[in-house]
Amino acid sequence: MNYSVNKKGFYGEFGGAWIPEMLHSNIEQLACNYIDIMESEDFKQELDSMLKEYVGRPTPLSYAARLSEHTGARVFLKREDLCHTGSHKLNNVAGQILLAKRMDKRHIIAETGAGQHGVATATVCALMGLPCTIFMGRKDIARQQPNVMRMKMLGARVIPVSSGTCTLKDATNEAIRHWINNPSDTHYLIGSTIGPHPYPDIVARLQSVISLEIKEQLVQKEERDFPDHVIACVGGGSNAAGSFYHFLDDRRVKLTGAEAAGEGTGTGRTAASLLTGSPGIIHGCRTMLMQDDHGQIKGAHSISAGLDYPGIGPLHAHLHKSGRATYTAVTDSEALQAAMLLTRLEGIIPALESAHAVAALKKIKLLPHEIAVVTLSGRGDKDMDAYMEAIDGAGVEETKKIDQ
Amino acid sequence: MKHMNALTNLLEKKRQNLLSVYFTAGYPHKDSTTEIISSLQDAGVDFLEAGFPFSDPLADGPVIQQTSQQAITNGMTLDCLLLQIEKARAGITIPIVLMGYLNPVMQTGMENFCRKANKAGISGVIIPDLPPDQYEARYLDLFKSYDLHMIFLVTPETSEQRIRNIDRLGSGFIYAVSSSSTTGRQDSFSDRQKQYLRRLQKMNLRNPVITGFGIHSRNTLRTAWENSSGAIIGSAYLKALMREGSGQKAITQLFGQLGLAGPV
Ligand SMILES: Cc1ncc(COP(=O)(O)O)c(C=O)c1O
Repeated sequence: MNYSVNKKGFYGEFGGAWIPEMLHSNIEQLACNYIDIMESEDFKQELDSMLKEYVGRPTPLSYAARLSEHTGARVFLKREDLCHTGSHKLNNVAGQILLAKRMDKRHIIAETGAGQHGVATATVCALMGLPCTIFMGRKDIARQQPNVMRMKMLGARVIPVSSGTCTLKDATNEAIRHWINNPSDTHYLIGSTIGPHPYPDIVARLQSVISLEIKEQLVQKEERDFPDHVIACVGGGSNAAGSFYHFLDDRRVKLTGAEAAGEGTGTGRTAASLLTGSPGIIHGCRTMLMQDDHGQIKGAHSISAGLDYPGIGPLHAHLHKSGRATYTAVTDSEALQAAMLLTRLEGIIPALESAHAVAALKKIKLLPHEIAVVTLSGRGDKDMDAYMEAIDGAGVEETKKIDQ
Repeated sequence: MKHMNALTNLLEKKRQNLLSVYFTAGYPHKDSTTEIISSLQDAGVDFLEAGFPFSDPLADGPVIQQTSQQAITNGMTLDCLLLQIEKARAGITIPIVLMGYLNPVMQTGMENFCRKANKAGISGVIIPDLPPDQYEARYLDLFKSYDLHMIFLVTPETSEQRIRNIDRLGSGFIYAVSSSSTTGRQDSFSDRQKQYLRRLQKMNLRNPVITGFGIHSRNTLRTAWENSSGAIIGSAYLKALMREGSGQKAITQLFGQLGLAGPV
């Protein structure tokens, strides 16, 4: 089985570039150039030094002693939350900025859900002195205020999006429309492994540093270059793609993606696109998505703005269909419990998105000697309102148990 | 020779000053379709584009986004539109082309869609997010067997080689997008846009070229007519429909705005 993208931009039956002619020349330019640019020595060197000096890589792979004891396996945390700006999103942004520079694109646009990708983009644009416009759904602006303020302080123009469901899906539509209307000097810096080819591949390559480091770090710590399990949350799928990347062909490694179930996969208020969706086309990509019988795309629901997307990257649709990776759905309340658990056991407040990955530890069969790597894609500062509400409200059982 | 396909017949007879109007089916009401079609037909419009709504119209500006959203809320679907047209068939002489995004079509299934479209007397289809190479690989034979034209878009950015390929694969006409933009952006046409349309004219293409996107006034209409075979009007018509509420009043108002006295 082959898990990389083919020449036409497909992962099995998923992917491709289903775009209107207005986007063709921009996408074609990217598709024809990205591999040459990204594999050139000078690109690699500049990116390596940026990842080291600016992003703060390598991020630690920390053994989580108390969580391990609680879980019944040997759990390591891949600490993407310690990247500058607080999430893995910066890995992708750093690379795409260098790509944009080499293609002479002077304006950067991006969509954002939780605001993490928007903040990462605004940050690197400030560093590079490039103007930047971020599209963000009105609903997300309301629930991720700290990130909106950060983007503004960094000098980004934040455009509220009021169409459709006012979340990530609609912010992505609006960013694409802006690109159609401003094609020549603009780079659309997409934030996840979604969209038309070559974006899913570009973003997966740029996030693959996560699994590369996991391999190297396990050699140092455990004298083996693979874990038994890799677990990551999946919105569009970029931190998961990066965490799986160098293990895709190594069948010894079991791969698990945690989708956001929202209120539950059977409730209709969910963001579990793989587990509840069907094949279709969203944002120029053939993948699994949530839609009605007439092909209208449904609004997603998740407590976590970064997972609130009705589609999923085509690589994950392919890994799911081929059985190479397993996807499990984590509800809003399971994610909240897991966030509290991690906070009290390890002193790490995770992003709500990442809490889904922690929660997935309970959903897979783990043996005591097995090594499970959980990617902590981001930190929880942006989610304090949601956490406080959960604690003040019904209370969170996990904290009660630990406090007793 | 008389064809079954009404658009083929039209384009054999008339290759200049063509006027086409786009409307979003299901707007303002689910059952507005017949009134809109007959009012446009009576006004002398040459052919129609009936848009089936999609929740995420990537290539469209605010007007078509809004009408599409309303149409979905009203319960309009692709199947419903095809049934409406089939039922009204006896009174329809004007050629109708369907326009919309690929996802709703995929859910019906392409073959099923072609069969129903043919049965409803549809002449052709425009699916902006279906790229020519995918069409050729997957659907070309199907469209041919159901006598449906597949109409592709070109933009000022489309290379000559690509235009020639599109001319080879597509039929009916070539939809020249006036500028690289979403629908409904209304400026006057620049010299660069005129040059692009003239360049298309000089290419001796198999299919006639018809211009759309941003046509809303006497001037923009004249530019499209002078530099290509015809003009397609979408957002400007829908805006009139939003103000006026009925197809008959909307087309009268649009004709006034375009400086067209009555039937063209
Ligand atoms: C911290 C964090 N993790 C995960 C995600 C989900 O994105 P992806 O699936 O592309 O990793 C986001 C998106 O905003 C995020 O902010």
